[in-house]
Amino acid sequence: MIGRLSSYLGRVLGYGAILLMVLLVAFDLGQIEIDPALWWFTAAWYLAAFVYAVFKGEMFVYVTKRLLEAGFVIWVIATLTFLMLRFLPGGPFDAEKQLPPEIKANIEAKYGLDKPLPEQYLNYLVGLTKGDLGESYKYLGRPVSKMIGETLPVSFQLGFYSMLLAFVIGIPLGVFAASKHNTLLDNGLMILAISGVALPSFIIGPLLVMVFSFGIPFAGLQGALPPALWESPIYYILPVVTLGLRPAAIIARMTRSSMLDVIQADFVRTARAKGVAAQVVLYKHVLKNSLIPVLTISGPLIAGVLSGSFVVEIVFGVPGMGKHLVQSVTNRDYPLILGLTLVFSAMLIVANLIVDLLYTVVDPRIKLS
Amino acid sequence: MISLNSTLSKATKPQANEGKSLWSDGWKRLKKNKGAYWSMWFIAIVCLIAVLAPWIAPYSFETQNIDRALMPPDSTNLLGTDSLGRDMLSRIIYGARMSMAVGIFTAIFSLLIGGVYGAVSGWVGGWVDAVLMRIIDILYAIPSLVLLIMVGVIFNSVEVFENPELKALTGIFLALSVVGWVSIARLVRGQVLQVREMLYVEGARALGASSWRIVGRHIGPNILGPIIVMLTFQIPSNILFESFLSFIGLGLQPPFSSWGVLANDGWKAKSYPHLILYPGLALFLTMLAFNLLGDGLRDAFDPKLKSRG
Repeated sequence: MIGRLSSYLGRVLGYGAILLMVLLVAFDLGQIEIDPALWWFTAAWYLAAFVYAVFKGEMFVYVTKRLLEAGFVIWVIATLTFLMLRFLPGGPFDAEKQLPPEIKANIEAKYGLDKPLPEQYLNYLVGLTKGDLGESYKYLGRPVSKMIGETLPVSFQLGFYSMLLAFVIGIPLGVFAASKHNTLLDNGLMILAISGVALPSFIIGPLLVMVFSFGIPFAGLQGALPPALWESPIYYILPVVTLGLRPAAIIARMTRSSMLDVIQADFVRTARAKGVAAQVVLYKHVLKNSLIPVLTISGPLIAGVLSGSFVVEIVFGVPGMGKHLVQSVTNRDYPLILGLTLVFSAMLIVANLIVDLLYTVVDPRIKLS
Repeated sequence: MISLNSTLSKATKPQANEGKSLWSDGWKRLKKNKGAYWSMWFIAIVCLIAVLAPWIAPYSFETQNIDRALMPPDSTNLLGTDSLGRDMLSRIIYGARMSMAVGIFTAIFSLLIGGVYGAVSGWVGGWVDAVLMRIIDILYAIPSLVLLIMVGVIFNSVEVFENPELKALTGIFLALSVVGWVSIARLVRGQVLQVREMLYVEGARALGASSWRIVGRHIGPNILGPIIVMLTFQIPSNILFESFLSFIGLGLQPPFSSWGVLANDGWKAKSYPHLILYPGLALFLTMLAFNLLGDGLRDAFDPKLKSRG
């Protein structure tokens, strides 16, 4: 009885989570103002689903271990970046003009650069725990956390829609190719997919701009889509396609090869022998089991999309974190580099943890330890 | 007795005939895979072009000819010229030199570091393994992009080399190696752990072979397959990362030429398709060739997949 209730609860939480995501995407694309209450509700729902998954899979120890590990890694990254950037020759304030020594001393005092290193480090760590990442050296008086806070949602949107596109295109294409195994269609699709893997975003991005905005007159598509910025959904199309193409191709290849593996499994033969319809076997038995390896690679894929977003943001002038990253590196804006590095690493680590948890949900046979 | 003899001879004969080793088997399988086979030749040709760049390229990569800036392809400049009138074909040829050098040498360098590290970790075992692997775990958890940028930033601010080209190249080289060796070390360690309990290793040890000899002569050749496959995939990813670093301003800068620099130039020039189309095509075809070859090598040499046929 309790088992059944719990499995109903799991289903409600799971489908609810998908529904909420669809709702939020619809609101976002429809440019409907999203009430903060909905955000909180969604966050609470996802947290509940997370806790349920941890309970159900008896993964307390595992999750605690992973969270501690994540904290440790973030601390290591923070320390490394801190040390590196402090010991690098050429401070941020002696790059352009030679400042009078008093002024330089004043500036360094303002940012705490005159204090002994251990104290600077301690101050930095204490600030971190409060979410304080310091002030930008370049954009005077602007807290780094605010600069990141303003640009993170845009980068998140870009990354999220790209991954969504990758799954929405990749999985059906992979299934289709597998179901037509060894035909011309299958081969053609796979050539397309491997081409997609080989096409760097900084090539395909500018080419798409040239075809759809300006540059190459082709089939009257000139000016169909805006080449830059991030103002309404029509602006999303080119950057998202550029960023999502490669993961879509990888997912399509993975889905196909994984389906071809599962098709040979004994339980598929049994299902067929029992007389289950071919389509049902394909979708219910084969596809469901084929998605596990696809989920496994989505961790690295998310990492790729996150790094790729920097290039795509530069190419399309998307006002996300990527723009800041490139500028902060050339400006030697230490606090900004540190902050971006930390946020970026934290996002990746969390994404990987979620992916790991997800496949215990999808495949109860996997027990993490 | 006769039957035993005949089975024995059957079993030993193919061994005696040459061409039945893992390598020649794999080679045969690779040859059957047309895509991978032709990709290999394509890569060989690109390497040749890269090596012979100064003799093949019609012009120098940095000679400017402002009168002929931004010309579309014609008979003088087969692939047109860039915004400073430099010949695109020559720049692409020299770009091949840079991109391929970065891709291949970084992969070899990562192999040297990662191979030794992984072999020591897997072979020595015990607390050495535990310590070495914890270090790897931490490095692995740091996103490679962050590592790349960190190393790039360090190198850009350290004044070691006067020559800007040498400086940028060494910086990229170091950054990519730091990122690349970690996964190779993991692979090598895993493979060594698998192989070290094999009978032939035990046999070699019983005969009194030194650790160096066992790892170098017996284990090394046996785990080479998966490592070569991984290297084949690392080279294009190195080329891509080089382009990426050049794109965000941490790598090579014009007038030097790599495919990433050219792509960046092409993107900045906007509305002159030939500036991005041709370098893009060169990069795309090379990446495609490496990917096809990597897939082919994996199918041909990865023993785990052998049964699949």
